[in-house]
Amino acid sequence: MCRLSAIVSNEYFSPMENIMALETMKEGHDGSGLGMILRDLGGEFEKLKGFPILSGICTNDGIKTLDEYMVKVGFKTKHLWTPEISLKPGMNIKKRDFYFARAYEYPQWALEKDQATRDNLLLETRLALREIGLQGQSMHIFSFWPDLITLKEVGDPLEVGEFFGLDKKPVLAKKILAQGRQNTNYAINLYACHPFFIEGFCTMTNGENTAFVPIREFLTSRDYPGYVGYQSDSEVFAHILHYIRDHLGFPLKYYKDVITPLFDREMEERHDRPAIELIKKVLRPLTIDGPNCVIGIDRDGTSFMVQDAKKLRPGAVGGVPGKFALMSEVCGLDAAIPDRDTSKDVFPMKYDMVMIEDDVKEIKIWNQKHGSMSTVSYQ
Amino acid sequence: MESKTRLDVNGQLSVKDLPYIIHWNPDKCTRCGKCTAVCPNQAIEPGVFVSRLVSSEGSLPMPATVRTTFHGIRQVTDIERYCVGCAMCSLVCPNDAIYPEYNPANKFLIHKNKGGVPHKRGGRRNDPSLSTLDRLKFTRISMLTDPALDAGRHEFHIRTLLGRNLSPDQLPLTVKDEELFLDETVFVPPVREIFPIRIGGMSFGALSPNMWEGLTMGVAYLNEVEKIPVVMCTGEGGMPPRLLKSRFLKYFILQIASGYFGWDEIIHAIPHMKEDPAAIEIKYGQGAKPGDGGLLMAFKVLDLIAKVRGVPTKVDLASPPTHQTKYSIEEAVAKMITSMSMAFGFRVPVYPKISGTKTALAVLNNLARNPFASALTIDGEDGGTGAAYNVSMDKMGHPIASNLRECYLNLVKIGKQNELPLFAAGGVGKRGNLAANAAALIMLGASGVDIGKYIMQAAAGCLGDEYNRCNLCNVGRCPKGITTQNPRLYRRLDPDLVAERVVDVFKAADSELKKIFAPMGRSTQLPIGMSDGLSVDDKAIAERLQIDYAC
Repeated sequence: MCRLSAIVSNEYFSPMENIMALETMKEGHDGSGLGMILRDLGGEFEKLKGFPILSGICTNDGIKTLDEYMVKVGFKTKHLWTPEISLKPGMNIKKRDFYFARAYEYPQWALEKDQATRDNLLLETRLALREIGLQGQSMHIFSFWPDLITLKEVGDPLEVGEFFGLDKKPVLAKKILAQGRQNTNYAINLYACHPFFIEGFCTMTNGENTAFVPIREFLTSRDYPGYVGYQSDSEVFAHILHYIRDHLGFPLKYYKDVITPLFDREMEERHDRPAIELIKKVLRPLTIDGPNCVIGIDRDGTSFMVQDAKKLRPGAVGGVPGKFALMSEVCGLDAAIPDRDTSKDVFPMKYDMVMIEDDVKEIKIWNQKHGSMSTVSYQ
Repeated sequence: MESKTRLDVNGQLSVKDLPYIIHWNPDKCTRCGKCTAVCPNQAIEPGVFVSRLVSSEGSLPMPATVRTTFHGIRQVTDIERYCVGCAMCSLVCPNDAIYPEYNPANKFLIHKNKGGVPHKRGGRRNDPSLSTLDRLKFTRISMLTDPALDAGRHEFHIRTLLGRNLSPDQLPLTVKDEELFLDETVFVPPVREIFPIRIGGMSFGALSPNMWEGLTMGVAYLNEVEKIPVVMCTGEGGMPPRLLKSRFLKYFILQIASGYFGWDEIIHAIPHMKEDPAAIEIKYGQGAKPGDGGLLMAFKVLDLIAKVRGVPTKVDLASPPTHQTKYSIEEAVAKMITSMSMAFGFRVPVYPKISGTKTALAVLNNLARNPFASALTIDGEDGGTGAAYNVSMDKMGHPIASNLRECYLNLVKIGKQNELPLFAAGGVGKRGNLAANAAALIMLGASGVDIGKYIMQAAAGCLGDEYNRCNLCNVGRCPKGITTQNPRLYRRLDPDLVAERVVDVFKAADSELKKIFAPMGRSTQLPIGMSDGLSVDDKAIAERLQIDYAC
C-alpha cells in the first residue's frame, strides 16, 4: 500500500525530510514512484508568491511546443527552476530530458480580470498543455498554480530525491505532500502518481478506491473541464475536494460527510442533521467505500487527514506547535518529528477528520458523529 | 395390412402433438381418482383399457389368450384440454403412479388457435436459454491492498433510494459559522430509503386473497421485525380498504394503470390514510406483453374483487393499452405525475413504469426534464403476467440488461444518474439467482429491481417455467391457489406459510448480496453503476454493456 508523508511547518524545510520519512516506511512501498507537491515556497521562489508556477517534464521537442503555446497565450517567463540532476550508478531511474518549475507572469489582459478568471486561465492552460503533451509523450504537466511546485518520477523515493539533487540543493517549502508509491492495478504512469492537484487543492491517498467508477462518472458528468485524468483511482479524492469546496462552497469539514456519510442512526447529535441527510442523498455517488486514508491540503492552506471505517490501521498525526506531520505510518512521524510529545499524537478513527490550519499552530479534530471540534493542547 | 375398421382420424391429435405427455403406471395406480380430480385442465380422465392375458389352467400346460378390461387414466388429446405439465397429479398421487413429461417435439402452438382465437395464457416468455443476466460474473475481487470484507461480520448498508434526488446545484443550503443550514422553505422531493429488491406489481385480483395476504404479511414482517425495508407494488386493482387505512400502507406502492381500477376506493380513502404510501407507480407498459393493456378475465372477477375495483362481477376487466385520456408521452407523464403528486401533497414519489423498448430513452429524457418524476421502472421481456396472448409474451419486448444499461449511461451523460433512479424488472431470478441478477443490474446502473415470478415460485410454489408449464393464471384455475379467486383452489394456499417464505426469500437475498458485495470491497453504498465489477464471456455483450470481457 502506498505510503504518505505530509509535513507542514511555519518555517521552510527541505523535502528530504518527507523523503527520509518515506524511507522509514519502506516496507509499504515498492519504489514505483515518488510524487511531491510543495506549497508556500521559499528560497528562490519566496519572492514570486503571486506568479503561477508550471510544473512538469518535457522532451526536448516538448519544451519548444510548450514555449510556443505559452507565448501564444501571453504568459511571460519570470523565473525558471530546474533540478540539478544527479544520476548515480545503480539508480533505477530513467532520466527524461527536461524537468522544470517555471514561474510566469500573467498575460496583461488577465491581470485586469478577477481572480476566478485568472484561476480558470491557469486550469485551461494546464489542461491544454497536458493534452498536447499526450501526443508522443512530449510533455507531462502536473500543476500550474502560484506558490506551488509538483515533482514526480518513477523510482525509489530516496533515489528520486537524490536524482533531483534535493539532498544538495533543495527547494524549500512550508507545506509538502509526498507519496512513496506502490503501484497496484494500474500501469506505471506519471499521471497516476500522487499527490493530485486541481486549482490549488491537493490530495494523496493510500488504499484502493472500490467505488472509483461511479465516482469518476459522477465527476466527469459535472461538465467541468478539470475533472479529467483518472489514471489512478485516487485522483477522484482531489476532485471531490475541489467539487465540494470550490463548486458547492461547503466548509472543509463536510468533506468527511460527503465521502464517508454517517448512517442515519448516527446523526442524532448533529445540529445540521437536515443538511447532512440531504447531502448524503444528493451526493450519494461521491461516497467512498475504502479502505482509504486521504491526506490533503485545501486551497486555503489547511492540511487534513481523513479515512473511512474500513481503514483498519489509521494514519498518524503529531508534532510540535509550528511543525506537524501527517503520515500513513507512525514510524514516518517518528522520523519527521522525533522530538515531540508522542502522547499528543492523533490517530484519527472513523468519525475523525484531523485539520491543521494554515498557521500551523495546533491540531484540530472534527468528530463527525458528535459534531464537535476539539483541539490538541500543547500547553 | 389394412384393418377392417376405418382409420380416419380427421382433426384428431395424438399425445405426441401435445406439450406434455402423461406417464401413468397401471401397476402402481390405486385408482383413487385424486389425479383426475386435481387436474386443472381436465387433461386426464378415467379410461377403460383392454388387456391381453395368456394363462393356463389345469394340470397340463394349455395356454389360452383371455382379453379383459380394466380401468385406468387416459390423457385427453383435445387441444383445449391439453396437459399443462403442472404435475399436480404427481403431487397428489399416493403411489407415484403418474407424472407428465415435457415433449420437445410438440406441435402445440400450431394447433392452439381453435375458433380463430390465438393462444392466451399467463406466465412468462417460453425461452429457457441462459439470459444475459445469468452470464454476468463478478470479477473484481478485492485482494491485497484492498482486503475483501467479511460478509458475516462487517456492517453492510444494502439500501437504495426511491425518489427524485435534487441536483447538487439545487441544494438549498447556506453556510453560517462554518455550518450548513437547510433552507426548509424550498421544496425537496420525497425520497424513500428501501431495500433494493422490491415485489413488483401483481394485482389483488390477479392474485388470490390468500396469496395477497401472505405477501403483505411477509412485507410487513420484514419491515417491522427484520428491519429490512422491502416495499411491494399493488399492481392495478387497488387494495383492500382496510389496508389502505392501516399504518402498513407505507410499505406499499400504489399502482395506477390505464383502467384506473381500484382508484375510486383509493381516492376516497386518502382523507383517512394514517400513512402515505411508499410511492405511486404509473403503469404505462409491462415487459411480458408490451403494448397490451391489463386483463383480468371474468372468471376472476368475483364479489370481493368487483367491490375493490368498483365494477360488476364476472365481466372481463380490460385496461386499455394506453392511458386513453392522454395524447403524448409528455402530456401523459407530466399530467399524471403532477396530479398524483398533488393528490398526496407532494409527499409521495411518483414514477412511471414502462416495458423494455428501444424507445425507453425518449421516455427517460422526458422524465429527466420533469422535476417531479421520481424514478423510472423498466420491465424487460422476461417479465411475467397473469393473462396475455402467447405471441406477446414470447415475441414482444426488449431484454432488460442492455435497455437498462443504455438508459443509465444516458443519465451519466447528462449528469443525472443520481437524480432519477432506474429500477429494472423482467427475468430477475429467472434461474434462481435472485441476488446475483439483482447485483448485476445494480452494477449496470439500476437503483433496484422488481421481482414477480420469483416470489410466486419461492413463496407459494408457482409451477410455471420457461417450458410452458402450467401458465393457467389467466383462467382462474391456478392449481396452487395463487392466481385464482376460486375459494376451493385458494384454500390450498396458507397465507402464513406464504408470509414465512417471503421473509425467507428476502433474508436470504440480503445475505447473498452481502456475499457478492463483500469480496468486491463494497459495503457503505449500493454499488450502483460499478460496472468495473462485472465481466461477461461474450465480446458482443461486453461491448454493448460497456463492461469487461473475461474468459
